[in-house]
Amino acid sequence: MKSTSGILACALVIGAGAVFAADAPPGAAACSGCHATNAAAETPVPKITGRSADETVKLMAEFRSGEKPSTVMGRIAKGFTDDEMKPIAAWLAAQK
Amino acid sequence: MRNSRTRREFLRNSAALASTAMLPMPALAQTAPRVVVVGGGFGGATVARNLKALDPKIHVTLVESSATFTACPFSNAVLGGLRDLKAQQFGYAKVRAAGVNVVIGTAIGVNPTGKTVRLADVTLPYDRLVLSPGIDIRWDGLPGYDEAAAAKMPHAWRAGEQTTLLRNQLTAMEDGGLVVMSVPANPFRCPPGPYERASLIAHYLKTNKPKSKLLVLDAKDQFSKQRLFQNAWKELYPDHLEWVSLSTGGKVTAVDPAANTLTTEFGKHAAKVANVIPPQKAGNIAQLAGVTNQTGWCPINPATFESTLVPGIHVVGDATIAAPMPKSGFVANSQGKVCALAITKLLGGSQAAAQPAFINTCYSLVAPNYGISVANVYRTAGNAMTEVKDSGGVSPLDAPADFRATEAVYAEAWFRTITSEVFG
Repeated sequence: MKSTSGILACALVIGAGAVFAADAPPGAAACSGCHATNAAAETPVPKITGRSADETVKLMAEFRSGEKPSTVMGRIAKGFTDDEMKPIAAWLAAQK
Repeated sequence: MRNSRTRREFLRNSAALASTAMLPMPALAQTAPRVVVVGGGFGGATVARNLKALDPKIHVTLVESSATFTACPFSNAVLGGLRDLKAQQFGYAKVRAAGVNVVIGTAIGVNPTGKTVRLADVTLPYDRLVLSPGIDIRWDGLPGYDEAAAAKMPHAWRAGEQTTLLRNQLTAMEDGGLVVMSVPANPFRCPPGPYERASLIAHYLKTNKPKSKLLVLDAKDQFSKQRLFQNAWKELYPDHLEWVSLSTGGKVTAVDPAANTLTTEFGKHAAKVANVIPPQKAGNIAQLAGVTNQTGWCPINPATFESTLVPGIHVVGDATIAAPMPKSGFVANSQGKVCALAITKLLGGSQAAAQPAFINTCYSLVAPNYGISVANVYRTAGNAMTEVKDSGGVSPLDAPADFRATEAVYAEAWFRTITSEVFG
């Protein structure tokens, strides 16, 4: 009962504020420290929710290898393997 | 009286919950778990909002002593004259709108057996308590430096009046005056903070009081982003900033507020403006609750942030012992999300995630348009917090000016983003 109402409630509660979900895989919730989920936040840092999971995994691999240049993202990408990224990317893709 | 107020609040919140969730009120009144969060900064407000969003049935009360939060990150830019203190301040209207019961008051006691938190005029019952009290100054940690001394030699290490006091002293100082900063040994809030502050004060002196100089007296030989800072200082502030390390006599052993002097093992420095960043400890309520150890900080289970000393009490943010994680706003936010998720699992009778992951990214401004950063990914290993091997690190030493400018832009964007997530 708890998990069903939790998921329903999350879907209802997401509004102007941040994105939350009970089943966020390890590390996923931390992304919004820099990548805004609140549309009101003015930032040049790209929005990463709602992007296809395959694309996110591919981008992170490119940041990790240095193929795609970055300031800070390459350093963070090195903290996650492809296998660790997949559930995070899928979760981000499912967020509004 | 205490009981009646608690009961009224409880009924009011239960009613609000019932209308939101459209569930019968009697069932809720019996089952809604109560979480009290003490401290409404980056850690506490994050826990409160995440709990409410993860499970709106939870009755979340946030206790914060100030109606307006003043953020420490970027307060060094206020000292450097690059930013207004108002840009650092946030209210709790949106936190309330998210369904959190925000109580402006000071927690003065915790009863871990009866599971209650005491304020001056109300006692709040809890099923889980979260303490996010930030830091307190160790007033017995530096001879001569007490609360009265802080009015003369500001620490400005909790943003607000202290920030304004130090800024006013800097602007009132005549050109040619010596500014002296004292930096403590580890651990303390915001490891790169003193060096960002030194940079931005030096920038202010260079542009407004070119005959003045900043002397930084440090109780350490090594510090965060050291080579990046030192390279920048050599380039930007060769005449305005001198750093004295521990091994060259930098450790301040006493201060005299009447004479405005700082004493080291090697001599005495007379300051026109003195900024004493003193030794620190976990915020007072942590000690009152019994969750601090002999270090003055709080040992925690890194997967749930539950105290290893007192069951049922979680601690997040600067007050925790979570090294190698730094005591930063980003970390408090990252920990807060993991803690909130763990609490929903524990309240529901299930296990919290065994190995959560955390990210930290800390930007520092060395000058306007000149930003540097450190980033890391952390995971837990048993009862320890560990850095993920080969991840993270600092900005490249040889980066061109446009890279530094981009990081300065990202620094400000980070502040807007995180404050909008936590308070907006």
